[in-house]
Amino acid sequence: MTDRPIRRGLRMLGAAAAFTAAGLVAGTAHAGPTLDAIKQRGALQCGVNTGLPGFGNPDSQGKWTGLDVDVCRAIAAAVLGDPNKVRYTPLSAQQRLTALQSGEIDVLSRNTTWTLTRDAQGMDFAPVVYYDGQGLMIRKDLGVTSAKQLDGATVCVQPGTTTELNLADYFRANGMQFKPVVIEALDELNAAFFAGRCDVLTTDISGLAGIRASVAPNPDDYVILPEVLSKEPLAPVVRHGDDQWFDIVKWTVYAMIEAEEYGVTSQNVDEKAKSDNPSVQRLLGAQPGMGTALGLDDQWAYRIVKQVGNYGEVFERNIGADTPLKLERGLNALWTNGGLMYGMPIR
Amino acid sequence: MTMQAHQASPPNPSAQTDAGPRRAPPVASTGVLGWLRANLFNTWYNTLLTALIIWLLAQVIPGLVSWLFTSAVWTAEDAGVCRAAEGACWAFVAEKWRFILFGTYPYEQHWRPTVAMLVVIVMLLASADRRFWGKPLILIWGAGLGIAALLMFGGVFGLDYVDTNRWGGLPLTLTLSVVGLALAFPLGVLLALGRTSNLPVVKALSVVYIEAIRGVPLISILFMASVMFPLFLPQGMTIDKVLRAQIGLILFAAAYLAEVVRGGLQAIPKGQYEAAEALGLSYWQRTRLIILPQAMALVIPPLVNTFIGFFKDTSLVIIIGLLDLLSTAKAALTDPAWRGFYKEAYLFIGLIYFAFCYALSRYSMYLEREFNKSRKR
Amino acid sequence: MAQATEARSPVRTGPPKRGISLNDPMVRSVLWQILTAGLVGLIAWYLISNTMENLARQSISSGYDFLDRPAGFQIGEQLVAYGPADSYARAFLVGLLNTLKVAAIGIVLATILGTLVGIARLSTNWLVAKLSAGFVEMIRNVPLLLQLFLWYGLLTEGLPGPRQAMEPVPGVFLSNRGLKIPGPAEDPAWFWIMAAFGVGVLATILLSRWNRARQQRTGQVLPMGWIGTGLVVGLPLLVLIAFGGAALDMPALQGFNFTGGLTLTPEFAALLFGLVVYTSAFIAEIVRSGILAVSHGQTEAARALGLSEGKVLRLVVLPQALRVIIPPTTSQYLNLTKNSSLAVAIGYPDFVSVANTTINQTGQAIEGVASIMAVFLTISLALSFLMNWYNTRIALKER
Repeated sequence: MTDRPIRRGLRMLGAAAAFTAAGLVAGTAHAGPTLDAIKQRGALQCGVNTGLPGFGNPDSQGKWTGLDVDVCRAIAAAVLGDPNKVRYTPLSAQQRLTALQSGEIDVLSRNTTWTLTRDAQGMDFAPVVYYDGQGLMIRKDLGVTSAKQLDGATVCVQPGTTTELNLADYFRANGMQFKPVVIEALDELNAAFFAGRCDVLTTDISGLAGIRASVAPNPDDYVILPEVLSKEPLAPVVRHGDDQWFDIVKWTVYAMIEAEEYGVTSQNVDEKAKSDNPSVQRLLGAQPGMGTALGLDDQWAYRIVKQVGNYGEVFERNIGADTPLKLERGLNALWTNGGLMYGMPIR
Repeated sequence: MTMQAHQASPPNPSAQTDAGPRRAPPVASTGVLGWLRANLFNTWYNTLLTALIIWLLAQVIPGLVSWLFTSAVWTAEDAGVCRAAEGACWAFVAEKWRFILFGTYPYEQHWRPTVAMLVVIVMLLASADRRFWGKPLILIWGAGLGIAALLMFGGVFGLDYVDTNRWGGLPLTLTLSVVGLALAFPLGVLLALGRTSNLPVVKALSVVYIEAIRGVPLISILFMASVMFPLFLPQGMTIDKVLRAQIGLILFAAAYLAEVVRGGLQAIPKGQYEAAEALGLSYWQRTRLIILPQAMALVIPPLVNTFIGFFKDTSLVIIIGLLDLLSTAKAALTDPAWRGFYKEAYLFIGLIYFAFCYALSRYSMYLEREFNKSRKR
Repeated sequence: MAQATEARSPVRTGPPKRGISLNDPMVRSVLWQILTAGLVGLIAWYLISNTMENLARQSISSGYDFLDRPAGFQIGEQLVAYGPADSYARAFLVGLLNTLKVAAIGIVLATILGTLVGIARLSTNWLVAKLSAGFVEMIRNVPLLLQLFLWYGLLTEGLPGPRQAMEPVPGVFLSNRGLKIPGPAEDPAWFWIMAAFGVGVLATILLSRWNRARQQRTGQVLPMGWIGTGLVVGLPLLVLIAFGGAALDMPALQGFNFTGGLTLTPEFAALLFGLVVYTSAFIAEIVRSGILAVSHGQTEAARALGLSEGKVLRLVVLPQALRVIIPPTTSQYLNLTKNSSLAVAIGYPDFVSVANTTINQTGQAIEGVASIMAVFLTISLALSFLMNWYNTRIALKER
């Protein structure tokens, strides 16, 4: 890794000789201290979706927004003290894992399903940020009430994902036939479905709800069938081999969940910092020791909540009831409300 | 259908057979009528064809004009107005044009890619002027690309540094194609020389490379660049995503340029080679001073055509997730508030692509005419 | 890089050189080549060793073992039977056949359309000439991928759903599920009809050869066009009547979709239209320049012989223009084949799309990309070989 003045000098050279800019070919000494590399770079490299509403897509001004994007911002807030110090790399389904393994990005936050094969192939999954499942959406007037009645249907599906395999598995298991229409780009796929090219659209239920809310000409014309074809736990991913970095990403997610559990929001975080609750004190650094254990400072979680928000805020801001996606908390409610979101104790 | 090699000249009016009652036609319209007769109604089936086409145009054009202009929505607060309207929704383009043009480049810094693009366009225009051909052109390109890179990257003179991950839209398309061409060109020349050389090993390597690249789709080369390059490098070394695509495009373009240049090399008369040899020039001197300058002059029109194809081909980087002009248009369509205006988005960027390619192709035709002039003499 | 040997220099007459000197062109050329080969070898070795290391680290096994494993995904269009339980190898085959299908049909249609537009550009009818020129310019200067997206959008959004399908002719349904036409059902009559068709084609070929020979001898000509059409269409028709009709597999709306009959899916249609229209614009330009390359004297002489306009074109101009047309057209055919790989963007399951999915499911990026390249190289070489063979056949025979 070159140090900054040298790199700046190189960059000036690069400006003169166009594409030889040293900013383009970066060597990270070895997979070890990701944290040092990020601090030296002054930015977190984060892999996101090329365009999935509510999770990762650019707005009209070209700013990245979404739940997955906010996870990146939270990590940057914890590590660099500024949620805007993130360099986003939009990745297709096919490139995402390669980009992570090659060190092009520090963390992949791109609605990626936690599976054994991926975990075994040199990746580590941080805690789940969204519990999803694969669902099927269909036009109401076809009168279908269960996925068991879909024999012979045409199904719109994205390629190269677990979705495609689950779909084939489900139909095979139930002895039914189907015709897939396989399109890489989600918007292209949605357009095909609403034009009536397929009877059924399948993707994660969160996606279906969002698509129904924001894309359907008339949302009431479509139903999401009750069957859930698969479990899709979506989680941020880091490279295998840097445990310290893995811990930071892991606890960034837990801190957001914990903050919600203790009612700490971006609005009231400054008062809460004076609270008597020892758990809150530990979380917000009023009691020292937590951040240093991770290799950060003790204000790490305070900054996450202050600058990005707790898990509930992030959820509501991007995919909640007031957004076009109108998703229920459901499985993603806190464990205290009957959901699965359970932050490990910060102590 | 009749053939013609020369522009049909209006026939002599006095030689016309009587087509209808003989009346002295008004002088002003003789030309027009004569022209119509010669160009639209000269035989029975041409008359039929003309009638058919006019009928078809009458069917299509009013609807098209209405959709494009009269019933189109030009400004709207939100997409609701558009969805209620009959015509095109140009309000969508009005809302999204900056994103489509510049992608995720920092919004308040959009002047930088704008100026950089203008510099590149001026550079291309300068290249079109034959007075600059030769050494000055290399200087122009060096300076132009340098200034453009400086503006795009920043990091000096108080400009914020902008990572290539945030590049997008038209600047990225131009970068990929112009830089790709500039760097593929020398490589292509070397390959062409290799393919025409007498050294069996060098020749074999060049032939295998050129034919292998020309035989596979660009997509597979881009896949290789995006998925396999990281595997080729030692651990911990990473290449920027844009650069990876750029390298893929350069490797691709070099093979095609090599074939164009080889065409020029083979068109040089043997006497030139022999004369150069007789002067005692070494291989490199011969090539640099005698052969290449002549070969280049011969292949400029096909070079421009290769460039047009290359410019269009950069749109394939959408498949490996770069935000070029086509991808930003598609990304703009994913905004939940503005879904489904795909015709407008595609027309808008189609026009941009068309403007660039059409200008280049006219220029290529002009050059061909110019060169043929000198040869006919 | 390269140092030409003194191949054209006169034979040395001096005493033979002793020893090895760097000034000896032979020695230098050998050195150059060793250097180049060494450099290329080094780079290759470096990349390969890195790759091996990276694969080992990510515990990805290389090799083609995955081909026997069940693929697990379904493919939308198939010329041979395939299900998710079949192997990856089978999936590859399905994809390959889909690529060949779209390329073959595309090449034929693009040639026809391109020739028509090319001739139209030279029409004396101003409207026809200008319109076709406008068509060519518009199509050539916009990226193919963009055109494919537009075609696909128009086909899926512009057509009604299967339950509101248009039925221009009974048994033919047009909807956004594609075009459905009746297909042949299980019936022995079909075999005999096909046989009759084959006989008709064969008879036409033989007859036209005999006809040409006879024309050489006597100058008399049979109306081959009518006779050929009669044989090729008439014979199967006769068989059909003899059997009293043949069973048809009529498409019918069943549940979600049409079953039975033959299908032209929107994905295939969009890809085919896109490829055909795009390539035809380039072929049109080639045809135009080919025709213009035939000297005006030829046409004038042909007209002076009293040949009709159609005959002038068919017998005098086109055969000569072909020599100019074939080589660039070959590369357009290759382009069309390679461009068919863009199917991945609009959901037609061609080879690239299947290989792409396979790469995603198995992580075997190297093998996947290598397969894509190998397949297309093979197709390209085969196509070049065919066209070159044809080119030598029609080349000018100077007597």
